Amino acid sequence: MKHTWIIAQRELHTFFDSLTAYILLVLFLGFSGFFTWLFGADVFLVGQASLQGFFGIAYWTLFFFIPAITMRMFAEEKRSGTIELLLTRPVTDWQIVTGKFLAALVLIAIALALTLPYYFTVWSLGPVDHGAVWNGYLGLLLMSACYISIGLFTSSVTNNQIVALLSSLFIGIFFHLLFGLLANGLSGLPGKISGYLSLQSHFESIARGVLDTKDIVYFLSLIFAGLFATELVLVRRNITDNV
Amino acid sequence: MDVVVQNVTKKYGSQKAVDDISFTVKTGEIVGFLGPNGAGKTTTMKAITGFFAPDNGDIRVGGISVSENPVEVKRLIGYLPETNPLYQEMGVIDYLFYVARLQGLEKERIPDRIREMVSICGLAGEKHKKIGELSKGYKQRVGLAQALIHDPAVLILDEPTSGLDPNQIVEIRELIKRIGKQKTVILSSHILAEVEATCDRILIISKGKIVANGTPADLRKQAQGHELLKVTIEGAPRNDIFSALKALDGVKLVNPIEGTAGSFEIESREGMSNRRQVFTLCVSKGWFLTELTPVETKLEDIFRELTMN
Repeated sequence: MKHTWIIAQRELHTFFDSLTAYILLVLFLGFSGFFTWLFGADVFLVGQASLQGFFGIAYWTLFFFIPAITMRMFAEEKRSGTIELLLTRPVTDWQIVTGKFLAALVLIAIALALTLPYYFTVWSLGPVDHGAVWNGYLGLLLMSACYISIGLFTSSVTNNQIVALLSSLFIGIFFHLLFGLLANGLSGLPGKISGYLSLQSHFESIARGVLDTKDIVYFLSLIFAGLFATELVLVRRNITDNV
Repeated sequence: MDVVVQNVTKKYGSQKAVDDISFTVKTGEIVGFLGPNGAGKTTTMKAITGFFAPDNGDIRVGGISVSENPVEVKRLIGYLPETNPLYQEMGVIDYLFYVARLQGLEKERIPDRIREMVSICGLAGEKHKKIGELSKGYKQRVGLAQALIHDPAVLILDEPTSGLDPNQIVEIRELIKRIGKQKTVILSSHILAEVEATCDRILIISKGKIVANGTPADLRKQAQGHELLKVTIEGAPRNDIFSALKALDGVKLVNPIEGTAGSFEIESREGMSNRRQVFTLCVSKGWFLTELTPVETKLEDIFRELTMN
C-alpha cells in the first residue's frame, strides 16, 4: 500500500507539474458548467433543483477525458524505457498498476470535488434530493474508475500514446453506449447480456438514487478486470517472445 | 553478498540470447562482462535484476532466489540500465527522493543520502535542474546516483561510462573501484581497456555462452601458451640470420618485421622459451643482439580469438 501511494504521488506530481491536469480541470469544469447553467436543458430551463443535467454532461465529458489522462501512464514509460527501472524496484507489478490507477482516480475526484459548488448553488435554489446527488457523484466516480482501468490496460499494451487513447475509447464506447443500444435491439439472452454489460444502465440506476449491490458488483468487476488485465500484460515480459 | 547464476537460459523467439550460463560473483569483487554487441550481456544483467525471469535456471543473490522472491532481491540491487532511462520532466532531487522512497529508505534518512549521492556523483552544480535539461554525462551521473542511493549490496552497471568524456570516465572508474571494495559489482562494457582497468575478473561472453572466465593475467596465459619475442640482430645479412633463427629447436615461426634491417618476431613452440637459445646463437656467431623483448598478448587479441569463430 505504501509503495502504491509513492507511485501514485509521483504520477500526480507529473500531472500538476505539466499543464495536463490544469487543462483537463479547466475543460471539464468549463464544459459541465456551460451545459449545466447556460445552454441546452440547463437547470433554469428544466426548472427543478436537480443535478441530473450535470450528471448527464459529466457522463460524457469524463468518458473522453479519462483516456487522455491514462494514455501516457504506461505507453510513455515503455517508449522512454523508464519502465525498466520501475520494474526493477522492490515493488510488485500489482503495486505499480494500482499506483497509477489511484493517481488517475485522485485527479478525477479532484475534478468532481470542484463541481460541488454546483450542488450548493442548486441547493440554495430549492429542495434537492440529497441522496440522488451523492449517488450521482458516486456513480461518476465508479464509472471513472472503470474507464481508468480500461485506459491503463490499453496504455500497457502499446508504447504509442495515440494508439492507447483510441483503443481505450474504442473499448469504452461499447460499455458507454453500444451495449445499451444492442440491448434495446436484441431479444432473449443476447439482449439480456448486453443489457447487463451496458455501463449506462448501471450508472443511471445509481444516479436515480438507488444504490443496488448488483450495480456495485458490476462496477467493481469491470475495474478489477481492467487492472488484472494490465498486470497480466506486465507479467508477460517474463515469458519468451514478449520482451 | 554473492551473486550465483545457475544454468540460466533466455530465449527471444527461437534464438537463445543466453544459453545455459553459470557463474558466481563474490563480495568485494568487480566482475567485467565483455562481449560483442548482442552476445547476451544485457540479457544476463536484466535477468539478475529481476526485470524478467529466465526460461531456465535460477539466480541467487545473497542466497535469495530471484524467481521465488523478486521483491526482496530487488531491494539488494542497484541497477543502471544500458539506455539510462530517466523521467525527463522530473527534477534531479525529486527523482532521487522518489527512487529512495521506492527502495524503502526511511524518510528521515533520505535527505542525507541524497546529499551524499550529489557529492559522490558530482551533481552539486546541476541538482536544481530538471533531468531533461542535463547533458548526457550528467544524466549518466544521475543514473549512477539512483543506482547507489539505497546503498545496495550488489551493483549491476550496464555500460556505465558510455557517453562520458575521458575525464568523467576516469572519475567514474575510480568511483566504481572505491565502491566495489565492499560491494559486489557486475559491469558490462565493450571497451577492453576499461574492463582491464576496473575489474578483478573478466567474463567474456559470446553468442550467449561464457567463453572465458578469469583475471586479465589468467586470460593472457590461457590464450598464449607460447612465447612471442621481438629480436633485433645485427652483424650479418638478413637472410642468414633468418635461416639460423628458423633452425633453432624451440622456434615455431619467424617473421621478419617489415621496414627494419634485422628485426624479427619469433613465436615459440607450445610451452618452450627461446630467449637463451637466441642469445647463445648470437654469441657463437659473433652477432650483435641489440633488442630482445617478450611481446605480451593484448587483451584485444584474446577477445578477437575467443569471439570471432
